[in-house]
Amino acid sequence: MTVALPVRGARARGATRRAAGARRLSTKARIGALICALFVVAAIVGPMVAPYDPSAQSFAPVDILHAPSMAHLLGTTARGEDVLSQVLVGLRATLVLGLLTGLIATVLAVVVGISAGFLGGFWDELLSLLSNVFLVLPALPLLVVLIGYLPQRGQTSTILVLSLLGWPWGARVIRAQTLTLRGRDFVAASRETGERTWRVIFFEILPNEVSLIAASFVSTVLYAIGTSVALAFIGLTNFSQWSLGLILYWAQNGNALQLNAWWWFAPAGLCVALLGTGLVLLNFGIDEIGNPRLREAAGRVRIEGRAWRPADPTPVVRSGSTRSPAARPEAR
Amino acid sequence: MSAVAFVVRRLVFYVVAGWAALTVNFFIPRLMPGNPVETMMAKFPELQPQAQRALEAEFGARHDGSLIHQYGQYVVDVFHGNLGVSVIEYPAKVSSIIGATLPWTLTLVGVATIVSFALGTGLGILAAWRRGGWLDRVLPALTFLQGIPYFFLALLVVDAFAVHLGWFPIQQGYSPGLVPGWHWPFVQSALYHSVLPALTIVVTSMAGWMLQMRNVMITTIGEDYVLAAQAKGLSSRRVVTTYAARNAILPNLSGFALSLGFVISGALLMEIVFSYPGIGLTLYNAVTSDDYPLMQGIFLIIALAVLLANLVADAVYVLADPRARAGRSET
Repeated sequence: MTVALPVRGARARGATRRAAGARRLSTKARIGALICALFVVAAIVGPMVAPYDPSAQSFAPVDILHAPSMAHLLGTTARGEDVLSQVLVGLRATLVLGLLTGLIATVLAVVVGISAGFLGGFWDELLSLLSNVFLVLPALPLLVVLIGYLPQRGQTSTILVLSLLGWPWGARVIRAQTLTLRGRDFVAASRETGERTWRVIFFEILPNEVSLIAASFVSTVLYAIGTSVALAFIGLTNFSQWSLGLILYWAQNGNALQLNAWWWFAPAGLCVALLGTGLVLLNFGIDEIGNPRLREAAGRVRIEGRAWRPADPTPVVRSGSTRSPAARPEAR
Repeated sequence: MSAVAFVVRRLVFYVVAGWAALTVNFFIPRLMPGNPVETMMAKFPELQPQAQRALEAEFGARHDGSLIHQYGQYVVDVFHGNLGVSVIEYPAKVSSIIGATLPWTLTLVGVATIVSFALGTGLGILAAWRRGGWLDRVLPALTFLQGIPYFFLALLVVDAFAVHLGWFPIQQGYSPGLVPGWHWPFVQSALYHSVLPALTIVVTSMAGWMLQMRNVMITTIGEDYVLAAQAKGLSSRRVVTTYAARNAILPNLSGFALSLGFVISGALLMEIVFSYPGIGLTLYNAVTSDDYPLMQGIFLIIALAVLLANLVADAVYVLADPRARAGRSET
C-alpha cells in the first residue's frame, strides 16, 4: 500500500524561485562561456603579444630545451623555439579552423535538416538517407586517406573535408525538431494567414530551433578542433602553419615526454583540453535552455535517496517506510 | 509505417551506404594526384622502365578503358576479395595484411567499447536517479576527461604507468619473440599488453555515454508511467531498471551503433601511440609511405565493418524496442 506525501510550502515562493532559475544560466554553463571567451580573446590578441617569432630557432646551448624562465615563460623546444609564442600563434589557427568548420557544417546541417523536415515525403526520404550514409562513413580514417592523397595539406582542405563530414549529426536532430514543429498550431496559423514558405521557415520555425542549432554548432567546433589536432599530431597537417596540433607533433617527435620536458607538450595539450571542456560546459547550458528538466533545480528535496524538484510529479513512498517522508515545497 | 516498409527502408540504406563507401574508395585515387607506381619506381631505382607497365597492372594503377569500364572491373575485383597488392609489404596481398591485423583491433577495441558503454550507461542511470548526489556533481569534472585529446591522455598514461612505474609494457601487442597462436604464454602476453590501451579508450569514451544516459534518464523519470510505477509501490530498483532505464537507454543504444565509426577512429590514434599491431596502425603506415592499394583496402574494410555493426545494432534495437518491431519507430 502506498500513500501520497503531504504537501507543504508556499506556492508563491516556489514560483518566483523557478522564474529566477529560468533567467539565470547554470554555473556550469557560465564557466564554460567564460573559458570559451578567454580563448577567443587569446586567439585574437595572441599573435600580437607573442614575445618571439614562433619559428625562430636558436641553437645556443642555453636556449635548447630550457625549462620555463623569465626569458621564456613556457620554456623552449629542442630547437630553441619559444613555446609560449608557439602556443599563442597556434591557438589562433586551431580556433579559426574550428569555428570555420563549425560554421560551414552547421549551415549545411540547417539547410538539409529543415528542408527534410519541412518538405517531407520524397525529399525527406532522400535527405535522411544522405545524412545517414554520411553518418556511417568512418570520419577519421576517411580524413587520413583523403589528406594522405592531397598534394598540399593546407588549412583550407582540412576545413573543407572536416565540414563535409561534420554536418549529418546536426541535420538529423534539426530534422526531427522541424518535423514536430511543422505540425504545431502556430505554424499552421501562419500558413493559413498566407505567409510565404520562406517566411514560415525563417520567422516561425528557425527561431524555435536556435538552441538546437547553437548546440550543434558548439559540438561541431569541438569535433573539428579534436580531429584537426589529432590529424596534426600524426603529421597530416601544414607544417608551415603553427597550430596546437603541430606543437604536439614536434613535442612527440622530439621525445619531449622521455626527456621530461613537460613545458613542451603540456601547454598545448592543456589548451586543447580546457577549450574542449569549455565547449562541453557551454553545451550543457544550451541544453538546459532547450530542456527545462535538465536545469539545476531550486527547492530540491531528497526523499528515499532520490532528489525531487518542484516540477516533478508528487513523490510516493511505501507506507510503513522507516524513513520519515519529507515534504516537497510545491505540487503541480 | 508497416514493419515491411521499415525493413525495406533499412535495406535501401545499407545498399546505398555500401555503394557510397565503394564509390568513394574508387574515386579517391582517381581524383587525387600521385600514384603507387611512381612510389615503387622511386623505392627501387634499379627497376627498368619496362617494369613500370607491369607494376601498373599489378597495383591496378593502369586506368585503361572508360571510367565506367574501370568501375565495373573494380566492383568485380572487390566482390572477389581482390583488393590488390601492397607496396610497402610487396608482394603481400592487401587482403591478407588486413586479415592479419583486423582481429587485433576488433578484439581490443571491441571489448573496450563494450566495457565503456556498459560502465558509462550504468553510471549515467545512477547519476540521474540520485540527481544532485556526488556522482552527479563530479560529472563536470568528467567533461575535462572528454575534452583532453585522446592521444595526449594516452601519452601521459604511457609515461606514468609504463615508463616511470614500469607496471605495463610501453608498446606493441605482445612480447617480441613470441609466436602468435593459441598457447598460454602468448595469450597472457597479449592480455598484459592490452591493459593500458583498453584503459585509455574506456576512460576517454565513458563520460560521453554517461552524460547522454543521464540526460535522457532525467527526462524519462519525469514521465507519468514512472510515477505510476512508483505509486503501485514497486521497489526503486524495479522502477529504475524496467521502467525508467529500459526506455531511456534507447537513444544510447542507437548512439552506440552510430559511434562505432568513431570507435575505429579512436583505435587509429590508440594504435599509433601504442604501436599496437592493428588495422589503424597499418592504415597510418600505408598513408605515410604512400601505399595507396593498402590505404584503399583498409578504408573499404573499415567502412563495411561500420555498416555491419549498424546492422547488428538495428537487430538489437528491434529486440529492445517493441515499437520498432511494430514498425513505428522513426526518429
